[in-house]
Amino acid sequence: MAEFTLRLRRFDPESGEPPYWDEHTIELEPHRSVLEAILQARGRFDGSIGIRCSCRSAICGSCGVRINGQPGLACHTHLDEALARSKDGTIVVEPMGNMPVIKDLIVDMDAVHWKKVHSVTPWLLGKEPVPEREYLVDREAMVDVTQSMACIQCGACVSDCLAMEVDPEFTGPAALAKAYRFVGDPRDSEHEERLRYLAEDPHGLYTCTHCFKCVDACPKGVNPMGQIMRLRRIAGSDHHIEDRNNGYRHEHAFVENIRRNGLLHEADLLPDSYGGKFHPRAVPELIASMPVAIRGMLRGKITLPKALLHPHKASKELRAIFEKVEGKSQRYELNLYVSGTDADNDDPAPEAATTNAEGSA
Amino acid sequence: MPEHDVLIIGAGLAGQRAAVAAAREGVSVAIMSKVHPVRSHSVAAAGGINAAISPQDDWRSHAFDTVKGSDYLGDQDAIEIMCKEAPGEVMHLEHIGVTFHRNEHGELDLRPFGGASMNRTAYVADITGQAMLHVLYEQLMKHSSTVERFEEWFTTSLIIDDDGACVGAVARDVRSGRMETFIAKNVILATGGCGQAYLPTTNGLIVTGDGMALAYRAGAPLMDMEMVQYHPTCLVDHGFLITEGARGEGAHLVNKEGERFMGRYAPNKLELASRDVVSRAEQTEINEGRGVGPGGRGVYLDITVVPRKRTLEALREIVNIGRDFAGVDITREPIVIRPGQHYIMGGVKTDADGRTPVTGLYAAGEVACVSVHGGNRLGANSLLDTLIFGRRSGEHAAARARAIAMPAVSDAALHRDTEMIEEIVARPHTGRRIGEIKLELGTTMNDHVAVFRDEQGLTRAHEVVLRLREEAQTAAIDDRGTVFNQDVLGAIELGYMLDCAETIVVAALERKESRGAQYRTDYPERNDAEWLKHIDISRGGDDRPKVSYSPVTITQWQPEERKY
Repeated sequence: MAEFTLRLRRFDPESGEPPYWDEHTIELEPHRSVLEAILQARGRFDGSIGIRCSCRSAICGSCGVRINGQPGLACHTHLDEALARSKDGTIVVEPMGNMPVIKDLIVDMDAVHWKKVHSVTPWLLGKEPVPEREYLVDREAMVDVTQSMACIQCGACVSDCLAMEVDPEFTGPAALAKAYRFVGDPRDSEHEERLRYLAEDPHGLYTCTHCFKCVDACPKGVNPMGQIMRLRRIAGSDHHIEDRNNGYRHEHAFVENIRRNGLLHEADLLPDSYGGKFHPRAVPELIASMPVAIRGMLRGKITLPKALLHPHKASKELRAIFEKVEGKSQRYELNLYVSGTDADNDDPAPEAATTNAEGSA
Repeated sequence: MPEHDVLIIGAGLAGQRAAVAAAREGVSVAIMSKVHPVRSHSVAAAGGINAAISPQDDWRSHAFDTVKGSDYLGDQDAIEIMCKEAPGEVMHLEHIGVTFHRNEHGELDLRPFGGASMNRTAYVADITGQAMLHVLYEQLMKHSSTVERFEEWFTTSLIIDDDGACVGAVARDVRSGRMETFIAKNVILATGGCGQAYLPTTNGLIVTGDGMALAYRAGAPLMDMEMVQYHPTCLVDHGFLITEGARGEGAHLVNKEGERFMGRYAPNKLELASRDVVSRAEQTEINEGRGVGPGGRGVYLDITVVPRKRTLEALREIVNIGRDFAGVDITREPIVIRPGQHYIMGGVKTDADGRTPVTGLYAAGEVACVSVHGGNRLGANSLLDTLIFGRRSGEHAAARARAIAMPAVSDAALHRDTEMIEEIVARPHTGRRIGEIKLELGTTMNDHVAVFRDEQGLTRAHEVVLRLREEAQTAAIDDRGTVFNQDVLGAIELGYMLDCAETIVVAALERKESRGAQYRTDYPERNDAEWLKHIDISRGGDDRPKVSYSPVTITQWQPEERKY
């Protein structure tokens, strides 16, 4: 047994008072969870502490919170781990972000999370005719979509999504991972329509900024950002959807920019994303970005020589990486469920998948 | 007051399946749950769902395995229906999107499971329940114009009219505290089991026997309540579940001496004997000093014999559970487990259409007792049970709704329940805490109403439960608010759990034989001459359980000795 101090963010919507902090000291073994600590505080000291919870084993998805500023499940965080990450020796528990607080640690997931899930047509639009028995589909494809199926809708990824903080209308990591579950499902008949909808949405596929917050937050290894990137690759490379948000062209320009320069040459990136400096599409965009460019020049962040001459060239090593990745007949897909690390396994999986499985094990 | 043809209480697999089925019949449907539907405890079902879909299989084989598994207490007419309809139901789930694992031909892959005579269990890694529950919720979102959802609404009572028919329910909106009368031509209970009456249990904190108690208080009998399943593989400390899929994939059970001991108890099926048999074997090893871990309270489950790649792909969730909750990499070392409370075969007595003896009241899933599981449920038959009888209840209730008029309901029950809640909120801080009472209840049940039982222990448990019922009347709460007052709901849930616990203990005292999950050390033999019958428990006028019996339906399989 050890003593832990919990500092809980409380909010009583009926009191008319702002949120406040509430401290409790509890006794538990260090490998017990933060949820058990909260329940002990509730059981012994204050029955009015509000938190949704049920399974205690990270499968029902009820107890999403922020612990010492990190989003996750209260039942899935050990007390000793939480203490190790604490700044001042107390374990700070707050409601998740990006969603309105109803009471204490309980947030309104309907208003944000479920609304977004609903926006991606979250049900299978099965191919016709429906077979008498099961759809015959590739074994690996079903294992693959099981990764996004493993999402428990806890909202941890939504809580700290930076893109959603800036653009509250962003579809977000959980809903887009859900979308992949259908786009990756060979039984679904509307892959192209789904992708087009997500790509053309100004708050959709291309709003993600690759910040990795959702990857860190997810307690189930769903890797929402990875699913978003896969949606982009399928939309761009397989379905050639050149979206009106210039998302696909921007990604393409980014890769080409790195291939050419080794380091990012930002002055080229923007025009290249619209098809080059003299492309009709680029002109209005370049004019629109002039104020930013002028401010950059005034502050010395952009200088004419830097903008026009980019001395850096891609190194041999970098070119080798490009050759290796592009030389593969199949794209690398990172998926926890498609894994292989067994020495006695005759069928070794691609090295990328291996690395991923090891990293998580 | 909202009015619906069919009101479903509980939104796990049985409830959601009933909702989709009833909506398809074109009637008005409401589904209500005290939690968001995807938090329902069906989400934790891991291993899979049984159906005779292999060309080499036959539903009769599935039915016989189920009858044998039930220790001949299951009603064979209902078991036949379930097993016959299983393949169609699994295909339906596949068509609406469940991501079942495939074999190399792209067909559904089937894994071996306990008590089954062949590979019959379709699965999604070891998150089968989660995958199904989320796919059914996708269907509820798809049908949101025809199925009205009341998420986070807590049911406080069923409304029974003067003729004894169920005509609706009273519920509290958890978010606002507002009470409401829901009028319905039919009510389907789908609230799951009552595992929280035990501690530890694999069941979630929400599994508090609400529907069983609501039905019992409304006059419906509970059946087979003594039949409480202990799952053979639970973590020693927390009671978390390690799926039977692990043994299905080939894992061994090993005692302190390194012996794979199941050979002495079930020479043919070994680790894949039925759950009651494996749990008793483990408990015997532990009781006789061959246990492992702190205090010798467990035995080893050795998953390292399963190829690591296969474990990572097909048992992903228990890899996580082992790592996160026991600090063990199950692909590299054995994990210490023990039997733990998991499921109740008993419940509200229904027929094969989900009808209870109370007109207009249906029940499906773990809350119900059809009885397809009898004395012991086979692994991967519970998901099947929820879906088959959820659908049948939904269809039958929809058909009944078309033939009758919407009942007129007064707000008497609403006023009574509102006062009941006000009384709880106003209680002085003199009584024991709800958590303390619940703790004593859970440990008492786990000590005396578990794998091995006897008269003395059961009598002791009965005394404790009766005393706790009294104490619960004055249990104090802290939360005086209306928004998400989980404290007051906890007080009501405690009452539900105590009702269930009392009926479990009374039934276990009543059955003076050993059958399925009921093993009486003072009556160690099965006694078909006297006890091949169901125990039904109804609420007497004095609020005490009243015992009666009903016959077991036998169609084609006469009771014989049960060996695995």
